[in-house]
Amino acid sequence: ATPPASRSLRGSVSLGDEAVCPGIEAHDRAWRGGAELLFDGVKKHQVTLPGQEEPWDIRNLLVWIKKNLLKERPELFIQGDSVRPGILVLINDADWELLGELDYQLQDQDSILFISTLHGG
Amino acid sequence: PPRSAPPATRRAPPPPPALGPRAVCGACFCAAFEAEVLHTVVAGRLLPPGAVVAVGASGGKDSTVLAHVLQVLAPRLGISLRLVAVDEGIGGYRDAALAAVRRQAARWELPLTVVAYADLFGGWTMDAVARSTAGSGRSRACCTFCGVLRRRALEEGARLVGATHIVTGHNADDMAETVLMNFLRGDAARLARGGGLGSPGEGGALPRCRPLQLASQKEVVLYAHFRRLDYFSEECVYAPEAFRGHARHLLKLLEAARPSAVLDLVHSAERLALAPAARPPAPGACALLDGLNRGRPRLAIGKGRRGLDEAGPPRDGEPERAPAPEAVPAF
Repeated sequence: ATPPASRSLRGSVSLGDEAVCPGIEAHDRAWRGGAELLFDGVKKHQVTLPGQEEPWDIRNLLVWIKKNLLKERPELFIQGDSVRPGILVLINDADWELLGELDYQLQDQDSILFISTLHGG
Repeated sequence: PPRSAPPATRRAPPPPPALGPRAVCGACFCAAFEAEVLHTVVAGRLLPPGAVVAVGASGGKDSTVLAHVLQVLAPRLGISLRLVAVDEGIGGYRDAALAAVRRQAARWELPLTVVAYADLFGGWTMDAVARSTAGSGRSRACCTFCGVLRRRALEEGARLVGATHIVTGHNADDMAETVLMNFLRGDAARLARGGGLGSPGEGGALPRCRPLQLASQKEVVLYAHFRRLDYFSEECVYAPEAFRGHARHLLKLLEAARPSAVLDLVHSAERLALAPAARPPAPGACALLDGLNRGRPRLAIGKGRRGLDEAGPPRDGEPERAPAPEAVPAF
């Protein structure tokens, strides 16, 4: 049997809050703007992370996101080895600060949501 | 402040409560947030029973949360709400935001009144103001105009709907940024005016207050998330060049080093008392419009500061440069 650390992990990475805009039509996306512009216009990504020796944590996930999902202007999303200040990270709807932030070890079917707080309201 | 924890059914139970911030589930977080706002309003006697409250609604996260929470608390407070949205005339941005406000008004079943700069201010839209104030290559001055004009527009809208009070969705981060901006620009007029939870209403203006003033920006976003509130999250097309960006950046750095910096700044401003000689009046909408109409837009905003924003007399023959607005990711 394969030890857990080298099995691939599946989950989702979401940007902004798809859940709060139910039923949004495709044509509305023309002005939705927001973070998904950095990610090829896609708000929710189903992700499979390849199995590897080291366990997957948020720190590694960000590196992976930068390499595989982020299409432009990485500095708007990532700063150093973390997210830009002002970006909230929710892991399964919980504040990542409660779960160890970058050190949180990803588990299968985890859902990671990034929400920006950096705009007027 | 309490923050969300994983739902008990999906993962291990949250860690036992420790000293400092508590880990709570989403529902408890929202309840605590609402209780905090209720306390702010009641303790500060901000909205008495019978008040007709005009809510400045931009479609953005803060005013959305504000309107939602006040609707929840309205029966307890004995107040009624009216939405007032301001159309500054910013192409490629404001129309979309107003569409969000209209959806919200329908969902909340609250009356909505829209007031436009073009109607109130003799045809001056923000796009026109931006063209008129462009050219120095430094931070945009148009945002300074917008702040003053919007304040006036909100006043007009509130009067139209017979409101007795005005509320806006400014959160603790907004207030802290404003304090920093005012200090950095030597803006004694605004520093003198800025502190406290609300203004009683200078010179006949309606009393206004900011019920979310002690809530952090993060808490506002989390509340909107857990309550599944629909809001508009694009940044104003002029925002990237606004001076506030510098203050926001500085505040984020400070917050990383000292998390209480945000609320500490707000409290400092509340306790600040300027000597009478240092308190020139802040220029109002009339002074700003006068400057615009005379082709000397920076004249009025130079007053009350050390004149750091004075670009000098307008240069004849300088071509007007319209900005090229594009949607900017909110990140």
